[in-house]
Amino acid sequence: MAIAEDIRIKPSSETLLRPDRPKPPLNYAQFIRWALLFLGGVLMVMPLVYMISTSLKYSFEVYNLNLIPEEPTLENYTYVLEDGRFYTWFLNSLIIATLTTISTLIFDSLVGYVLCKFKFRGRYLIFIAILSTLMIPTEMLVIPWYLMSQQLGWLDTYWGIMFPGLMTAFGVFLMKQFFETVPDDFLEAARIDGLNELQIWWSVAMPLVKPALAALAIFVFLGNWTAFIWPLIATTDTALYTLPVGLSSFGDEADVAWELIMTGAAISTLPTLVVFLIFQRFIIRGVVMAGLKG
Amino acid sequence: MTADPRAGTVADGPAHALLFLTCRRSQPVADTSQSDDMSPTARTGLSAHWHRLSIRQKQVVWAWAFLAVPIVFYIVVRFYPTGNAFVLSFQEWNLLGSREWVGFENYVDLWNDPVFWIVFVNTFEYLIIGTPISLVISFFVAYHLDKVRFMHGTIRALYFLPFMTSAVAMAWVWRWFYQPVPIGVFNNFLAQFGIPQIEFLQSTSIALPAVLAPAVWAGLGFQVIIFMAGLRAIPPTYYEAARVDGVSNWTMLWEITLPLLKPTIVFLVVFSSIGFLRIFDHVFNMTTNNPGGPLNSTKPLVLMIYETAFGGRSQMGAAAAQTVVLFVILLIVSLVQLRILRDR
Repeated sequence: MAIAEDIRIKPSSETLLRPDRPKPPLNYAQFIRWALLFLGGVLMVMPLVYMISTSLKYSFEVYNLNLIPEEPTLENYTYVLEDGRFYTWFLNSLIIATLTTISTLIFDSLVGYVLCKFKFRGRYLIFIAILSTLMIPTEMLVIPWYLMSQQLGWLDTYWGIMFPGLMTAFGVFLMKQFFETVPDDFLEAARIDGLNELQIWWSVAMPLVKPALAALAIFVFLGNWTAFIWPLIATTDTALYTLPVGLSSFGDEADVAWELIMTGAAISTLPTLVVFLIFQRFIIRGVVMAGLKG
Repeated sequence: MTADPRAGTVADGPAHALLFLTCRRSQPVADTSQSDDMSPTARTGLSAHWHRLSIRQKQVVWAWAFLAVPIVFYIVVRFYPTGNAFVLSFQEWNLLGSREWVGFENYVDLWNDPVFWIVFVNTFEYLIIGTPISLVISFFVAYHLDKVRFMHGTIRALYFLPFMTSAVAMAWVWRWFYQPVPIGVFNNFLAQFGIPQIEFLQSTSIALPAVLAPAVWAGLGFQVIIFMAGLRAIPPTYYEAARVDGVSNWTMLWEITLPLLKPTIVFLVVFSSIGFLRIFDHVFNMTTNNPGGPLNSTKPLVLMIYETAFGGRSQMGAAAAQTVVLFVILLIVSLVQLRILRDR
């Protein structure tokens, strides 16, 4: 926030994707640069490749460093899924991440919109109060959340896992920034047309900040999909574990059956990887957008 | 003035709850000449009030109506727990009996706990090793990737992919890599060249960097992308002018690129430092058989907090005091970094 004032030259998600660099010369130096970068990139994904390749191996082949299994098999997947728990955990994670994302998008954009477009006493105070919560690390809140959930019977419920993430201060800040780009005239015109404020927000302002909503959605969904410490504390019933918590307990239990652990890891990683590969440009733009404005 | 009065009543619903407050407060401002004229007979009291408000006053009501749920949320789920954590840090409580005030005892105990100081040093080791290494690597990659056109998007995707993974899953993958022969990938690889085994997760000196590695690895992609955005924002004309003057690439890097990239660097330093100081998922999952081991050599503060509160003895007060310490560390580190980096 304060950092933003310093930015003399504003980097943006648009400049990232604009190929305005001069065409590089074709020489040895440039080729070596490219080759090293490519090699580094391949090394970066090696852990993921090994994870997938091992999940397709029989246990006797796990200790072999071959990337391509000699006898590829889906047995690990059927074994892990037939057990039923990963299926439950996957569903839990999906439901929780989806619901929190929806809630965050609605409330963060609503608050960001109000703080940006409405003039009223106390507006600045509320903005500062919400931003100040960014300084408090989650780890500081998990103990009070746990005590609260225990008293109210929220432990081992979806609601108990979800409630801390229903809104985020970061999202409020991000959305407020983006609503600045929506001209007041648009809203005024809608007001004259007889729309009430709820309708103006939903059907006039929201469609204009779709890119920001998408960026926020990516961050929030990924954050909730991979969240570990709070779901770990909030659940003791295996039927309510999320994927990370489930995988953690499964890993302990599977001990040295690494092909099964890799299968579990693959199940909890592949969905986000596939989504990324499909929407690559879009997601990178969103990450830059959220990263730089936030 | 704007809408048809009847159209308003249904959709205005959420605003009604707050109507009375605003009406009462705005009475002196409101047009008093109209108050004799109590004509809107058929309407309820509330909606009569609503329709007498000016557009600005209606907006204020709308604003507070929109904010009502979020305000409750922030008070109940953010501010109250924050206060509770501070209060609890001055109390002793194991969830069963009653809370007892103990003053600064939790903090004093923590100060005198040798394990805390090990943990304290570990926490900063994660920061001091992790932040510079990840920033240097990611800048190096971004700087060169920026000059490459062929398969640019693909290479960028390769570096970014690990960012889309879950820390828990990757902790288990890396844990497998670190296993001794014949299981672990790294040691098998080393063995092929006749290099003696490294006991990555069993050695008190190597375990911490070994646990840190996947955290650095997973964060690189994000930093590369942010650095690239920063690099792309520097106008090419600066470089062209420098090239005309015969400035070397190395000088351009230090005199043009890095100074202009300062805001990006500040952001990434603070952002990644906070991440490393709060490391937990990786450590917890790579050392489940002996959390934070061997001999506490990998234990970060967050893991200590988790164990104190949820590790069986439920020392809620002591754990709360540790969270306050974490909060203070994060605050001081961020402020110091901002001060140092922004002044330069």
